[in-house]
Amino acid sequence: MPVIHITNRAGAESTLEAESGISVMENLRDNDYEIDAICGGSCACATCHVYVDEAWAAKLPAQDDDEKGLVEDEPTCKPNSRLSCQIEMTDALDGLKLTIAPEA
Amino acid sequence: MSEHIVIVGAGHAGGTLATQLARAGDRFRITLIGAEAWPPYERPPLSKQLLMGEVPTEKVFLRPESFYADKGVDLRLGTEVVSIDRAGKTVTLAGGESLAYDRLALCTGTAIREIPVAGRDLPGVHYIRTIDDTLAIREKATPGARVVIAGGGYIGLEAAAALRKLGCDVTVIEMMDRVMARAVAEPVSRFYEAAHRAEGVRILLETGVAEIGGNGRAEHVTDSHGQVHPADIVLVGIGVVPVVALAADAGLAVDDGIVVDARARTSDPDIFAAGDCTRHPNALLGQTVRLESVQNAVDQARCISNELTDKGADYAEVPWFWSDQYDLKMQMAGLPAPDDQVVMRGNPDSRSFSVFYLRDGKVSGVNAINVGADYVRGRKWIGEGRTVDAARLADTEIPIKEV
Repeated sequence: MPVIHITNRAGAESTLEAESGISVMENLRDNDYEIDAICGGSCACATCHVYVDEAWAAKLPAQDDDEKGLVEDEPTCKPNSRLSCQIEMTDALDGLKLTIAPEA
Repeated sequence: MSEHIVIVGAGHAGGTLATQLARAGDRFRITLIGAEAWPPYERPPLSKQLLMGEVPTEKVFLRPESFYADKGVDLRLGTEVVSIDRAGKTVTLAGGESLAYDRLALCTGTAIREIPVAGRDLPGVHYIRTIDDTLAIREKATPGARVVIAGGGYIGLEAAAALRKLGCDVTVIEMMDRVMARAVAEPVSRFYEAAHRAEGVRILLETGVAEIGGNGRAEHVTDSHGQVHPADIVLVGIGVVPVVALAADAGLAVDDGIVVDARARTSDPDIFAAGDCTRHPNALLGQTVRLESVQNAVDQARCISNELTDKGADYAEVPWFWSDQYDLKMQMAGLPAPDDQVVMRGNPDSRSFSVFYLRDGKVSGVNAINVGADYVRGRKWIGEGRTVDAARLADTEIPIKEV
């Protein structure tokens, strides 16, 4: 099983044994990492916002215009911001490091 | 001792509230009561991905079914609450069992509005509100199956798009002179009508359903002009009504929805309510509203959770919604009024454009079709009560951020 290293909103670090073939958002949501993911992964909100560790940024699927539009306007947006529903977890992402963005 | 929170209704609001409160650990003992056999799930996919069979049923659950037990939530499915005793602070379940509560949250949602015509009780007349509804339709939605949909609102049109993808023959019957008339401005309605017709959907406007007929099952629909439409599936999507009987019977204030304040409190200090079933004030909008939306269900549930964990704050969010039909993703924010000024931005022919609504110069709403940036900006402007120049807004040469 691939793992994701997660820093939660309180700043605590932990490692999640993740499931491949579903999104990073679903992995975070199903294990109660405090993201709401209100739209259920339709890329219609920004409530699954995470910061991806720089080293991983290039290995992720590219951001489409929809995701860019949503995330760029978040007051908490940073260059390494992503919507975790738009990243499918794969074995190639084993060791992915991310931080849950604060609530907007 | 832990405070016992009883949540009636295991939909988006109830599920979210249980999940949020569970994070407070031992502080609360949580009982979540759902009438359906399914754990809390997302309803939007019922007329989209789940209907098309693109996702397995479990994929629409808000959390895996095991989540609730793992977090110490007593999830009681297939269970109806029949009454509330406010003086004794108990609820009575259908089997007669009585549960004591310290605080009660009503997240009872909505029920489908039944079509008031002859033949409405025939087998083969479907609605879309639950997973079971969608699975029953999908089973019959084979290529070539004739589907007659009563209602050209979001549910009817999303279902039309999904059923066309499955190869069904689809007719939509709409009473008004345009689709989604309650929710969007005319140019948006016309655009969607054209999009559906291009996909092969028959849309009949200014047409009602007179009768559903058939021999022991729904086999045809007679419209208000007397035309008969043969049907393998009759699907009704003409709106929903808030489920308020439990609250009303208990003497709580009800006015097209359970009346709550900005902290989601009902007229009883120990009873809260959240989601589609509530009528609540929204300071941003300057009015009380009853919203049928996932956003409202989640945000109001969070409002209750915050109130119970001493982080209480008034709930006032810009309402937002979305609708997926074919390759068209419409994102909407605000609650525009019918007489608001309508400003088009972009060309519908490009299948990527937006419509802004202005009231006294201030942005009151936005419908963005395949253009996320306009939606995000519009939602922000509504929250700020910002005044924008209509001519600049209509000029796509000016980037949305610089309007």
